[in-house]
Amino acid sequence: MKKVIMGNHAVSYGVRASDVKVISAYPITPQTQVVELLSEMCANGELDAKFIAVESEHSALTACVGASAAGSRTFTATSSQGLLLMHEIIHWAVGARLPIVMSNVNRAVGPPWSIWTDQNDSLSQRDTGWLQIYCESNQEVQDTIVQAFKIAETVMLPVMIVLDAFFLSHTFEIVDILEPEAVRPFLPPYRPARKIDTADPHSFGNLAGPGEYFELRYMIEKAMEDSRAVIERTDREFEERFGRGYGIVKPYRCDDADYVLVTSGTVASTTRAVVDAMRAEGIKIGSLKVRVFRPFPFDEVREVLSKAKKVGVIDRNISFGHHGIFYQEVKSALYGRTNVPVTGFITGLGGRDVTPAVIRGIAEKLIAGTNLEPDINWIGVKI
Amino acid sequence: MNAPKIPLPELMTSGHLACQGCGATQAMRFALKALGPRTALVLPACCWSVIDGPFPHSSLKVPILHTAFEAAASTASGLKAGLEMRGDTETVVMAWAGDGGTFDIGIQALSGAAERNEDIIYCCYDNEAYMNTGIQRSSSTPIGAWTTTTPGVHWKKRPKKKMIDIMAAHSIPYIATASVAYPNDLIEKFRKAREIKGTRFLHVFAPCPTGWKLAPELSVSMARQAVTSKVFPLVEVTDNGRTWKVWKDFEPTPVKDYCMAQGRFRHLSEDELRLVAEGIEENWQYLLSREAGSAFVPGLQH
Repeated sequence: MKKVIMGNHAVSYGVRASDVKVISAYPITPQTQVVELLSEMCANGELDAKFIAVESEHSALTACVGASAAGSRTFTATSSQGLLLMHEIIHWAVGARLPIVMSNVNRAVGPPWSIWTDQNDSLSQRDTGWLQIYCESNQEVQDTIVQAFKIAETVMLPVMIVLDAFFLSHTFEIVDILEPEAVRPFLPPYRPARKIDTADPHSFGNLAGPGEYFELRYMIEKAMEDSRAVIERTDREFEERFGRGYGIVKPYRCDDADYVLVTSGTVASTTRAVVDAMRAEGIKIGSLKVRVFRPFPFDEVREVLSKAKKVGVIDRNISFGHHGIFYQEVKSALYGRTNVPVTGFITGLGGRDVTPAVIRGIAEKLIAGTNLEPDINWIGVKI
Repeated sequence: MNAPKIPLPELMTSGHLACQGCGATQAMRFALKALGPRTALVLPACCWSVIDGPFPHSSLKVPILHTAFEAAASTASGLKAGLEMRGDTETVVMAWAGDGGTFDIGIQALSGAAERNEDIIYCCYDNEAYMNTGIQRSSSTPIGAWTTTTPGVHWKKRPKKKMIDIMAAHSIPYIATASVAYPNDLIEKFRKAREIKGTRFLHVFAPCPTGWKLAPELSVSMARQAVTSKVFPLVEVTDNGRTWKVWKDFEPTPVKDYCMAQGRFRHLSEDELRLVAEGIEENWQYLLSREAGSAFVPGLQH
């Protein structure tokens, strides 16, 4: 069944389709509708789950840790300050190897207060061991939630689904709604090998000395590496069953492109429109959407970008004292493998519109190569 | 009150990592005897994170989920929900936290869980300071006490937080204090708690010879003197915070004797000791007024 729904509700429908058993969340703009609809679904029996309305995001994620350790499929949703409050438990969920799935609506971090989008909240969690997947449409959001549970429960790492505030969270689009019955063969009930069970008592997370901790961290990285194949396989299986696949990256008109713009989130869709317009003028340009950010798709990024003459990375984020974060990652993927020049562009922080004109301006700057800083170019700063 | 009625089965083993005379260890042993093997524990950062033993060992025969310092009550809420949703409605979930994890850093999650009336037991084993990190003051540290962050003339000037009042204000079905010096009473209270639905809060007095500068063999007698000197009264609060019962069937002993036995109070002058004793008597009278229903508590009058 197709419905016209907002991005936040696409998250809720993805959770419904995934037969989640425990949901714990705290309200924060602009993700609130995610949990509003989920609590409604729990109340009217559409979803057989317990909804724990906790007193903070920190408790939201720790309740998920408890529920997941008990062997139940669990979900939470948050944004910005809420994600940052969870930070300690973001790490904990990874160390505990719990397949929790979370949606994070990308919202700028205060002060000053801002409810509009940028990626600094989720990207500040990049070194924690969560898989991160950035979506650009409501359909992709719903479908990726379902995929995320399958990936998480295979590699035993948590997964964060990321969507732009307002440009996705509050934008209505047509979504083909996944029904739980149709999803069940794809995503069977969660049956963990280890769980809190009085019939088989174990101590989870107790003190590990230098003799053991190191190996446990190695195993997390190993699982992260293994997840590459799992993400690809899950996406393929999903496509076979439901007719929609998203890839780890999404190259667009890159095969013969001299210039490639690297993007993520909703900027990816806008960039494709700009690519089409410039192609119509005979400019050989393409775009590459990075969908999976952790694990970082080194091979896929290299394969696409090594054929280009110039690469520009559009970042809706900034690592202060360094550069745009996607820019850093792309550069590190290419270093020592190819000499294609890469230039970073920062734009759209705090929800500033990244319009076709903005993207076209970036493309033209990249192609002309004049007035271009080597690493970091702020686009549209009014100072 | 002290005739031996302690169940024989042990859910705690030797080989744990506690200090000599540790009250927290005695508390756990008795609590598990009362609750039995169908118990799952949540341990935030506290002495018990260490006492349990290093990976891959555990000194308890029940499952344990270790969690972050401030997260005992929220983790326990989730664990209970997760167990129920996979069909296990029998297991009792108990959060087991120290006074720092309860009175200080964990109070928000605890308040949230209690307000939701989560079906968990929350036990605070109270050794009156951050003992695991080396004896720093908490809001449970009593007035007059030395700690490493209340040294010399800066001994703690503020009274211990009234945790039972805070929990009673949450209208939860069962609240009790207990002491390792009265194991029968302690076991009875944990058994009672096991049979009740909703949030049950148990506050167990657990001496720390290391942090109190006390000979380890005096641990239990110090716990007993805490009760008989009214420093740590044995209280039960039922009927969703309305009905208070204070145990009075003991020979009172002087507060001064209790304090002088412990290095942490030995710096106090006669005058200061008198002030400490006055505060303790005031608290005792307050508890009696709660018991009599004569204390004015908005919203709780019959």
